[in-house]
Amino acid sequence: MEVNVEARRILAVSISKLYASRTQRGGLRLHRSLLLSLVMRSARDIYHSSRESEESTGAHSAPEEPMDTSSSPGEQTRLSEAQHEPQPALNSAELAPEEPDNADDCCDRDTTEDKENLSPVKQSRKRRGKASAAPDFLPSKRARLEPGEERYAAPLGSCRAGAGESLTTLSLNRVIPAF
Amino acid sequence: MYTFTTAHVFATGPGGDMQWCFSQVKGAIDDDVAEADIISTVEFNHTGKLLATGDKGGRVVIFQQEIENKNQPQFRSEYNVYSTFQSHEPEFDYLKSLEIEEKINKIRWLPQKNAAQFLLSTNDKTIKLWKISERDKRPEGYNLKEEDGCYKDPNTITSLRVPVLIPMDLMVEASPRRVFANAHTYHINSISVNSDNETYLSADDLRINLWHLEITDRSFNIVDIKPANMEELTEVITAAEFHPHQCNTFVYSSSKGTIRLCDMRASALCDKHSKLFEEPEDPSNRSFFSEIISSISDVKFSHNGRYMMTRDYLSVKIWDLNMENRPVETYQVHEYLRSKLCSLYENDCIFDKFECCWNGNDSVVMTGSYNNFFRMFDRGQRRDVTLEASRENSKPMQVLKPRKVCAGGKRKKDEISVDSLDFNKKILHTAWHPQDNIIAVATTNNLYIFQDKVN
Repeated sequence: MEVNVEARRILAVSISKLYASRTQRGGLRLHRSLLLSLVMRSARDIYHSSRESEESTGAHSAPEEPMDTSSSPGEQTRLSEAQHEPQPALNSAELAPEEPDNADDCCDRDTTEDKENLSPVKQSRKRRGKASAAPDFLPSKRARLEPGEERYAAPLGSCRAGAGESLTTLSLNRVIPAF
Repeated sequence: MYTFTTAHVFATGPGGDMQWCFSQVKGAIDDDVAEADIISTVEFNHTGKLLATGDKGGRVVIFQQEIENKNQPQFRSEYNVYSTFQSHEPEFDYLKSLEIEEKINKIRWLPQKNAAQFLLSTNDKTIKLWKISERDKRPEGYNLKEEDGCYKDPNTITSLRVPVLIPMDLMVEASPRRVFANAHTYHINSISVNSDNETYLSADDLRINLWHLEITDRSFNIVDIKPANMEELTEVITAAEFHPHQCNTFVYSSSKGTIRLCDMRASALCDKHSKLFEEPEDPSNRSFFSEIISSISDVKFSHNGRYMMTRDYLSVKIWDLNMENRPVETYQVHEYLRSKLCSLYENDCIFDKFECCWNGNDSVVMTGSYNNFFRMFDRGQRRDVTLEASRENSKPMQVLKPRKVCAGGKRKKDEISVDSLDFNKKILHTAWHPQDNIIAVATTNNLYIFQDKVN
């Protein structure tokens, strides 16, 4: 249990260091970022495995909290790391092992379900999938209508939630800035 | 502003023992350190007559040795300011919206070929070749110009004379002869001049480039460890150096604690190493911070080219170039810090990059630590000593007393406990004169020069 507490503390410290390094003179240092991410990964693994052993004894997991996604996609994971409270940070850290593909599966599943349910409302012409999963703050593109068609409300609710989740996933790999 | 004290420096000790005495200290006395004055690199030239320092403000200061009683074995030498110049200025990368620091990361001297001296200095992105030359004569007696430089009325000139060179006060000029820019996406950590005296390498986190000293508009990329997908990045290059004699051989160290030796004759791109030096990790020492403390912060070949030394956070290792699977010698610099890694992570000290250096005959190695302590390891006599660079120990003729850190238990008199160490006082940069037992040790903003005198 002490290791668990230690892991959480180290994770919190690491996240704040990562956030602070963004404002450092000279820009992000790749070496330092890499070392921070390695420590975070170790701490996350320890925390994850101790959480699993907790859950197997009946403890419930804390609810996920929405992350702040108010910047460009590449920066999002780092901004979400800026949350100083260890709880939401650690919850998002749990999602780290998930590949971005999970979010895709989520979207695809929703799409598949919609098709199966044969909704009477005409389907949106927007392409689904990760590539077009736009966050709320960006203007959504409207599909070009063909002659005779009318615009219907797009049933995007579930897909968008899926997209939102994918963007809030803390992937430790993305800690390394893509130059 | 430089203040310094000099001292008579001989002291005797039992035969063969080194006794280090204070010689000089350069830099401001006050405790309020201006960030620009923080020393970031120290390097003797090939004869040891010149000592260069670089600082965070982009400035280079060169000291020159002046020797009294040169013919006597117990000579007294003093390093005085020879030249000061602004090497790098802060720049801004508009494309990435990033400021480029002017801090001098490394200085490397070129072997002297003529009257002038040349050195390479680098910040995070740009390497510059500087020429340092002396001027002690000036021309006088121009026909067309007055002494103050104004042009004479041609009608007043009635005779013709040859201008003569007259002595003047020595002036040392530093001029940038080459600027090697725009070749590094990541931050430059090393430069190393080749033994061929024509080429040099520069290394950043992911790539190493080979330059010709005369050519600034292109360089060859000889190592590239950037993965196709940056999310798969697992290690970075931390230091690189050319072999002192074999112009085809260089090494580079990584954040994973490995060293790769490469032969440029094998292929144009040296991604495939000729030798990989790696010591298996001791599983009993595993912790959250194992990866950080195994990252190599410096690599230096011995002068004879048979060994290389690496510095990681807690130790110095000597490697025989013919044995890849483990170092031949390992010296613990401050093992008492192993139980404090979590605190050192929180205060960022665990990221400090200590350098190391060899003495002239490769028998002793030196590296820095905290509390302004520095450590020397005598390889032959299997002895080590901890010394301190401080203003309190800077009286004339003062012999440095060995220091001891008490790791735990009862603290003896004169020992200092681990918890009392000042982690803001760190010695990251040290240099050893290539021939004599004179060392330059940089604290945060002061440069100490110590000398050993043996009868």
